[in-house]
Amino acid sequence: MREEVIAAIERDHIYRSASQGRRLDGRALDEHRRVEIEVNPIKTAEGSARVRMGNADVIVGVKMALGAPFPDRPNDGVMTTVAELRPVAYQYFETGPPRPESIEIARVIDRGVRESKMIDMAKLCVEEGVKVWVAFIDIHAINHDGNLIGAGGLAALAALMNTTVPAKQFGIGEDFPLPIEHYPIPVTSVKFGSHIAVDPTAIEETVAECRLTTTFDEEGALRAMQKGGDGAFTRAEIDRIVSTNSEVSNTIRKYIGAGT
Amino acid sequence: MPDELRPIRMEVGVHRNADGSAYVEWGENKVLAVAYGPRELHPKHKQHPLKALVQCIYNMAAFSVGDRKRPGPDRRSQEISKVCSEALTHVVFVEEFPKATIDVYVEVLQAGAGTRCVGLTAASLALADAGIPMKGLVTACAAGKVGDRVVLDLSKEEDNHGDADLPVGIVVNTGEVVLMQMDGHLTKGEFDEAMGLIDGATRKIYEMQVAALKCKYQEVGE
Repeated sequence: MREEVIAAIERDHIYRSASQGRRLDGRALDEHRRVEIEVNPIKTAEGSARVRMGNADVIVGVKMALGAPFPDRPNDGVMTTVAELRPVAYQYFETGPPRPESIEIARVIDRGVRESKMIDMAKLCVEEGVKVWVAFIDIHAINHDGNLIGAGGLAALAALMNTTVPAKQFGIGEDFPLPIEHYPIPVTSVKFGSHIAVDPTAIEETVAECRLTTTFDEEGALRAMQKGGDGAFTRAEIDRIVSTNSEVSNTIRKYIGAGT
Repeated sequence: MPDELRPIRMEVGVHRNADGSAYVEWGENKVLAVAYGPRELHPKHKQHPLKALVQCIYNMAAFSVGDRKRPGPDRRSQEISKVCSEALTHVVFVEEFPKATIDVYVEVLQAGAGTRCVGLTAASLALADAGIPMKGLVTACAAGKVGDRVVLDLSKEEDNHGDADLPVGIVVNTGEVVLMQMDGHLTKGEFDEAMGLIDGATRKIYEMQVAALKCKYQEVGE
């Protein structure tokens, strides 16, 4: 991603507003944008979801295919997660091979799904050691306005919850819903000086010192974390973020009715 | 003991060609970090007019793991390079070197769980050895969970069967957290416990880093 240039005056304005508990779009610091979830908008995918958070807009498609299991897990299905940040979504995204930014987004979302044991992988085994179902989770940014991990992660969750395994098409029995066991929700906060703001927009992300993503399951346990950016957090700031993000994850969970 | 570190040995100034270097053995891990710079950044369009770019490039040798690793960057190593670069950028006085790059190459020669923490700890030593002005050293250590127990500095065996992994990089002299990743399952109570263990451990490792740096320059002085 090319570096975006932000006028110092705009940056200062965001920091000054944060110190007064305000943000450019009128939200409180701990307030998440409105979330809209559209389920299965893409008929060519085995499961899909489109998530809008304010002006952020992401589609996730899940494609299922048959493949070989990993040798050390002969009875488990396989999943892979890729994020495509193309210029369609943002003028500063570039074409070409995946950059560290997109790799990081995909891997943090992947960790939440994988580590929460969201999908019951054992039920995706077709023939031990030979053939298993592979879930391809593709995150496609449509309009970038910050918090791609949050929007992409929620879209991945909604898409997986609505995925049908196309067994009939492959001649191995009846179609069945992808077996879902847990519901991980990633929430991201950023730091402006000594102030913390949840669910950053693109410009907030650009001027923030650093961000911390925390992924919670339906029981409130941490399943994945990632700090990004050149800045640093104090221990107290991390505790504050974990607690705020945890509350916000419960709010978002209501949109999706996942594990509540 | 759950709060016990594996044996750690550090040496600074181990590499001929580099501006600074460090070699760290930590448990079964053997990691070399070498620093070059500040030097001109190419391609030029990546240059920043007001500050230096700090690039940490993490690489695992093909023979460093059980099954041969295909050489070259994979998605995992690119992510680790990114978060380690960000952690080091925070401590380097980047404004001192506009348009320049400061590069640290972390080579994992033998991997035995916790390589990114070993690599980041070694990388900050290599930068210090290169004489790069920094506000502090970065010290990294992981905690995790085995069964229901929160433990420090997981070994390879524990890591493979562990239920959580929390690698953290801390600037010990300021207490700032510059690297934090986590996967697995931790309740908030367990997270606090793990952070407590990491806090104690990074203080000990920091002392070792300082001793390793002093050791080299004492030798030069004699």
